Amino acid sequence: MINTQRFTFSRVAIYATLILAAAVYLVPLVVMLLTSFKTPEDIRTGNLLSWPQVIDGIGWIKAWDTVGGYFWNSVKITVPAVLISTFIGAMNGYVLSMWRFRGSQLFFGLLLFGCFLPFQTVLLPASFTIGKLGLANTTTGLVLVHVVYGLAFTTLFFRNYYVSIPDALVKAARLDGAGFFTIFGRILLPMSVPIVMVCLIWQFTQIWNDFLFGVVFASGDAQPITVALNNLVNTSTGAKEYNVDMAAAMIAGLPTLLVYIFAGKYFLRGLTSGAVKG
Amino acid sequence: MSSVAVFSKASPFDALQRWLPKLVLAPSMLIVLVGFYGYIFWTFLLSFTNSSFMPSYQWVGLQQYARLMANDRWWVASKNLAVFGGMFIVISLVIGVFLAILLDQRIRKEGFIRTIYLYPMALSMIVTGTAWKWLLNPGLGLDKMLRDWGWEGFRFDWLLDQDRVVYCLVIAAVWQASGFVMAMFLAGLRGVDQSIIRAAQVDGASLPTIYLRIVLPSLRPVFFSAFMILAHIAIKSFDLVSAMTAGGPGYSSDLPAMFMYSFTFSRGQMGIGSASAIMMLGAILAILVPYLYSELRNKRHD
Amino acid sequence: MATLELRNVNKSYGKGLPDTLKNIELKIDDGEFLILVGPSGCGKSTLMNCIAGLESISGGAILVDDADISGMSPKDRDIAMVFQSYALYPTMSVRDNIAFGLKIRKMSAAAIEEEVARVSKLLQIEHLLSRKPGQLSGGQQQRVAMGRALARRPKIYLFDEPLSNLDAKLRVEMRTEMKLMHQRLKTTTVYVTHDQIEAMTLGDKVAVMKDGIIQQFGTPKQIYNDPANLFVASFIGSPPMNFIPLRLQRREGRLLALLDSGQARCELPLGMQDAGLEDRDVIVGIRAEQIVLAPAEANGLPVIRAEVQVIEPTGPDTLVFVTLNGIKVCCRMAPDDAPAVGQSLNLQFDPAKVLLFDANTGERLGAMSSPQAQGRADNVAQFKGR
Repeated sequence: MINTQRFTFSRVAIYATLILAAAVYLVPLVVMLLTSFKTPEDIRTGNLLSWPQVIDGIGWIKAWDTVGGYFWNSVKITVPAVLISTFIGAMNGYVLSMWRFRGSQLFFGLLLFGCFLPFQTVLLPASFTIGKLGLANTTTGLVLVHVVYGLAFTTLFFRNYYVSIPDALVKAARLDGAGFFTIFGRILLPMSVPIVMVCLIWQFTQIWNDFLFGVVFASGDAQPITVALNNLVNTSTGAKEYNVDMAAAMIAGLPTLLVYIFAGKYFLRGLTSGAVKG
Repeated sequence: MSSVAVFSKASPFDALQRWLPKLVLAPSMLIVLVGFYGYIFWTFLLSFTNSSFMPSYQWVGLQQYARLMANDRWWVASKNLAVFGGMFIVISLVIGVFLAILLDQRIRKEGFIRTIYLYPMALSMIVTGTAWKWLLNPGLGLDKMLRDWGWEGFRFDWLLDQDRVVYCLVIAAVWQASGFVMAMFLAGLRGVDQSIIRAAQVDGASLPTIYLRIVLPSLRPVFFSAFMILAHIAIKSFDLVSAMTAGGPGYSSDLPAMFMYSFTFSRGQMGIGSASAIMMLGAILAILVPYLYSELRNKRHD
Repeated sequence: MATLELRNVNKSYGKGLPDTLKNIELKIDDGEFLILVGPSGCGKSTLMNCIAGLESISGGAILVDDADISGMSPKDRDIAMVFQSYALYPTMSVRDNIAFGLKIRKMSAAAIEEEVARVSKLLQIEHLLSRKPGQLSGGQQQRVAMGRALARRPKIYLFDEPLSNLDAKLRVEMRTEMKLMHQRLKTTTVYVTHDQIEAMTLGDKVAVMKDGIIQQFGTPKQIYNDPANLFVASFIGSPPMNFIPLRLQRREGRLLALLDSGQARCELPLGMQDAGLEDRDVIVGIRAEQIVLAPAEANGLPVIRAEVQVIEPTGPDTLVFVTLNGIKVCCRMAPDDAPAVGQSLNLQFDPAKVLLFDANTGERLGAMSSPQAQGRADNVAQFKGR
């Protein structure tokens, strides 16, 4: 940080720019909120930032009617997928950092590389497999897919975290007589709270926000809310009801937004630790 | 690093302990081998077949690739990716770095402001696409607002303009990702050795010069990381296109990811769809491999 | 408590890689304190890990009380270890840290309490039992780590550079405490350090290691007075031994080392008379305390006059540096005797204490007609065929 004085012209200019930028970032959210509480009449006569003539919740009610069911699908998909992929990632990270063996480093390299692959390259075979397993268009199928393709990141998080823990700790525990799972459960896991938070929040955001897997593996009754939202805004029949669209978007976006507001620092840590490896 | 100790004919518990790490890792290893690399290979194979609605394993050589190359929509999609990707990355970097530098100036409520810049990353690209689709709505969105505010005759119908619709995608994507670039660079700036900056100040350099000539060049690794991640986002931007334009008008805002989905799953052209997926992989590898190579080489020199 | 023996222990990390440990042979008795000392990378920590069972050995055997434990897992070997970084479990209290190993071994709660009480009293950490490691100072953490080891009452204690992370003053205090504790408890201990002062002060037996090989194994006195090679001679002792490379002369059947201070010359007769030594490049080794101020009356010992280049007063004595044969040589004398820089003084040598090394191999040359030779003979035997 470079020292500058308080109220010089440059300071004022800096603050002004920052506030202007903040406004630009916030405007879409504000617009979404405003629009969701207007009536279609109001939308036509007003403009993006005009205050609703009457604050009407009709948009929200209709939106919930349309996409509400799929909200619960998203919950059914996201919660198990987050928990399972985090758990597996933790165990993998534990093995890769503390119990290295021949081939484990190679595996880690392959895994790391896998973080970069575009999912398009695996979609088709994956959909065959899901179909053969009888899990097409089910939330369970989606959970499986998310677990499989979330492994790379969760393992990465935990492995990088555990690598910084001195292995003298594991050695001491082995001398004390502790076995593989005891060391994990009694010693490493209690120390892992920060990274577990990061992983949970990162995975929650990724999986809740996912669209690609949803639309490929579960369009129909089992689809997540992102797919439902997309269908809603892309319908070309009937008059467009922007209040409903915006309310639906808010419903889809609120969970991750709230998680971000309350646990933002973990979110940031997840971004930057994933980024560091990139 | 400690390897597993030699075990004698001792208890079966010991033998289990020795195998446990491998057992624990095995399922994941299997998943990675099959689900990542196995499937990629499978897709690769399919791209050489004449699969359409159902997979067939009849070999047709490079026919699908030829069809791909002859497909106008694929070219439009690829060109869009280059334009979209290039603009998205450059503009996000510029804005992100700029904001990071500003925030580095010991701003009050820095955390609060940072939170505002970063929140878009928490949203699904479908939500982002939906929001911006509305914001840029020709007739009811931005242009109406500006007209209401006094700017008569302002029109903004880029969403309907074949040549300009890609820019709309860029705007939405930059809004979403620039906060993240800012966060990365802010962290990087905080890690810069203060004594170098002080030395430059003593030498008489002005603040902008210090940033441009000294600080930013030292943040090359951060530039690389940010570039990699932004490129990754760009190549994957299926969600954004879907929500904002559905590839339209026509297919003028199509992107390879969308093309692949459309041809593989909607149009029942698995062969050409697979070929397009492999092309996408090739694009990523073209960026990734030189990057990794240079990283490894640098490590060896350190 | 138990005896520990290492027979021909080898360790390598893979084909094509050089051996990390080569032909390690050691034997210590019940209650003895063995020090493994050497520079970084010499293999001492690897050896310690092998004894603990944390790493496997590629060849040879490790015997505790004459039973081969080479195949056993760490937890079955009844060995406790104190790590350089203490490795305390950060989320557990001090009490739980000490009790952890005992709980795993399914001791009764009452027995565990007793042990914790005993150990915490011994180490004076009773007031710390409810704290977490993060709330303790370095010295306190070190004691807790020792407590964890003591509570297990193992056959053998291993210490991996336990004092390295402490500041200098604390290190000296803890050193003395460790010695006291060992005298009281008579525990069989293997202690790794890179600090040769710790090696000299703490050990009953010392093994000096370099490049995975034991250079010499003996008592501190043997190591100090009778080093087996150049490395041991240079590693042990502060200030380090003076080394003067030269060619010996043989006159009238006696071997002489010719020293030249620039002002004067002297002939240093050597104790060993072996044939052929004058044809080799050799290095003469003399410790700083063996070069003294010559007394006023001549007493038959060789004397040389030299000019003082540098003096370093250390408090209890003063190190005086002169030049002999172009080499900077350190002499130790009482502070009152030391002259100023630039002045000349008469230095006297004791030929019986002068050591001779082969300049190319570093091996110690010639037989010494002293009791120390006995210890040396055992060491030299270890070196045959290396």
